[in-house]
Amino acid sequence: MDLNLTDEQRLLRESAERFVAESYDADHRRKMANDPLGFSPAVWTQFAELGWLALPIAEEFGGLGGSAVEIGILMEAFGRGLVSEPYIATVVLGAALIERCGSTAQKQAILPKIADGSLKLALAHSERAARFDLAKVATTAHKTAQGWRLAGNKIAVLDGHAADEIIVSAHIHDHQGPSARIGLFLVPATTPNVAISDYERLGGGRACNIVLSDAQLPEDALLGNGRDALPAIEWAVDRAMAALGAEAVGIMQVLLDTTLEYTKIRKQFGRPLSANQVIRHRLADMAVQVDEARSMALRAALKVDADPVERARAASGAKAKIGRSGRFVGEQAIQLHGGMGVTEELEVGAYFKRLVAFDTLFGGSAHHYGRHALLGRTTVPA
Amino acid sequence: MDLSFNAEERAFQDEVRGFIAKNLTEEMKRATALTPSVFSDPDIGMAWQRTLHKQGWGAPGWPVEHGGPDWTPAQRWIFETESARAGVPNVNVMGVKMVGPVIIGFGSPEQKNFYLPRILSGEDYWCQGYSEPGSGSDLSSLKTRAVRDGDDYIINGTKIWTTHAHHANRMFALVRTSDGPRQQDGISFILIDMKTPGITTRPILTIGGDHEVNQVFFDDVRVPVANRVGEEGKGWTYGKYLLEFERGSGIASAKLREGLKAIADLAESDLTGRAIDSLDIATRISEVEVDIDALEMTELRVLSALQTGQNPGAVSSILKLRNSEIRQAVTRLGADVIGHDALAVEPMRPLYRLNHEPPMPDEMLTVVPEYLNGRAYTIFGGTSEIQRDIIAKMMLGI
Repeated sequence: MDLNLTDEQRLLRESAERFVAESYDADHRRKMANDPLGFSPAVWTQFAELGWLALPIAEEFGGLGGSAVEIGILMEAFGRGLVSEPYIATVVLGAALIERCGSTAQKQAILPKIADGSLKLALAHSERAARFDLAKVATTAHKTAQGWRLAGNKIAVLDGHAADEIIVSAHIHDHQGPSARIGLFLVPATTPNVAISDYERLGGGRACNIVLSDAQLPEDALLGNGRDALPAIEWAVDRAMAALGAEAVGIMQVLLDTTLEYTKIRKQFGRPLSANQVIRHRLADMAVQVDEARSMALRAALKVDADPVERARAASGAKAKIGRSGRFVGEQAIQLHGGMGVTEELEVGAYFKRLVAFDTLFGGSAHHYGRHALLGRTTVPA
Repeated sequence: MDLSFNAEERAFQDEVRGFIAKNLTEEMKRATALTPSVFSDPDIGMAWQRTLHKQGWGAPGWPVEHGGPDWTPAQRWIFETESARAGVPNVNVMGVKMVGPVIIGFGSPEQKNFYLPRILSGEDYWCQGYSEPGSGSDLSSLKTRAVRDGDDYIINGTKIWTTHAHHANRMFALVRTSDGPRQQDGISFILIDMKTPGITTRPILTIGGDHEVNQVFFDDVRVPVANRVGEEGKGWTYGKYLLEFERGSGIASAKLREGLKAIADLAESDLTGRAIDSLDIATRISEVEVDIDALEMTELRVLSALQTGQNPGAVSSILKLRNSEIRQAVTRLGADVIGHDALAVEPMRPLYRLNHEPPMPDEMLTVVPEYLNGRAYTIFGGTSEIQRDIIAKMMLGI
């Protein structure tokens, strides 16, 4: 039992925090918010040079074999700067699904390119009617003489506009007719009959809706051997939620620090706001919730490779708890900044919006407390 | 980073489990499960303390030279966790965990030699004389006065919320020996024999129906000066040192988890008509469980820091605040889970020795008393408001 950072982890944290502090200031964030791409390709190249894109990929495919704890360290630093590069889409979701589901040839073709920064991925899984139910997929993939024919509508595809290839989930209809299996298909962004419409995502970055109207794909577009990919999708989304939880912790820490400073400087009735006990207690509650969120994000990261129920409960527990505490910290940060907190002139709102997006993404607190409850009662750790 | 225990730690875990399985009697287990107040009655609690002492485990936090087992923080974690899981008696902490560390830290050699073995063996039973009717959160405004008379102090005043004063043969108390420029000055830390003439104890019944706390009156009570711990007038320093032990023993999540498990078992049972089938109840169980997960991780983070000799910082107030709030959430959930059975309150004590048929199954007997008594969790040991003051000051610098 040891929850201390190793020397390497400490170095990673220092370099990530330094990078974010130096490269991500308010001007950069404003520029990105108005940028059609929503992030900087130059920064992406730097990520590659720093080894961050290779971080979780196995060494045999050009990666560094890092763990979810290291991803969390990186994500917390990203949260501090509201980094908008498509890291979750390409590395945390994309690379993980390729590594888990892809054939050896697919892994060899794709993973080294992710690691060196030359290929970006996105996952198109969510559909409007499915809400947050990962098992519900209406998109179909019919087997054809030449390969596959995909039809369906996907929403909330993180950074799909920037992806070279999009991983699309669809129910497999093969020669025996419709199956219960969900397959994952590699769809090049330039495929005819694939319409990608992107939008500015709440809190930074971009997302898109994708319409597949009988898009034709070759035989080897299917990832792996066509076994049901739902367990892999759940696994990858749980990993993404752990990583996003760490990012939320970084965001909450910034909001706490900023608000604390503001209450010390801002004077009303002849004294700083922080001289009032009601303000001090609010800040204490924010600090407690940031600390709890940090514990939950770490816990989820440490359990990404546990058995599926334990992993999923840890991920949902973290998502639910951090979602709720993130809203609290964000809303209180605005409240304590007064009228200025509601304006675009301060960055409090931008950080808050990213937390709202976090709580929404892959299902809000209520959904995840429900999933946690469904997955079983009080676990008794060994 | 790793959440699992190493081979040595797992071996120790087996040792603790084996020891508890061999020594924890059914009677102790039942009495503990049916005690709705914070601490077990002395016949149950001290029986367990003696059992632990025989094994050399009577005082996990003490240095070896005074009889501590020399455990690593991880071993202490394992011991506390296994104890909670097995449902061992809640031994009164006033001796081993409170006055013990103060005597070890600041007592004279004579005091150490006399008191420490008696705490370990359970021969002495301690109570804490801190709060007064006029001094709650503002503890250092206390007025109980000790006036020097030759080799004695003569003590007059009153203490309140004195847990188990009606069982205790000794009290450690904060008393005023002089008036300094600040109200924290002039307080002394003194050890009092409860049989000394002039001490009377009045029971205070709490809303759950338990007699756990008391008011204690001192009427010209003569206590030898030799019973003062450390320097005269420096008692506030020692008293605060002790409060840090009270707040931050730091291993509370295991007990919370067992408390929630008992409620969840009830919710899954026909006794409550399977309350868990209600989405609201099921979700609330998850909410509390997740809160316990978060507290446990924070405790483990503190533990990891301690293992490598780092100072975890002012986190003991966070642990106290969250532990008390979650305990209340567990008891509130319990009262909702048992439905109409929450209307009945069994007034007789102890609940494990009733000589009549109670109005509800045994499993439910403590639920409402625990909910009612549990309102005190966020009040004793420094209210939640005081903890927030401390967090703001120590962690945020405001």
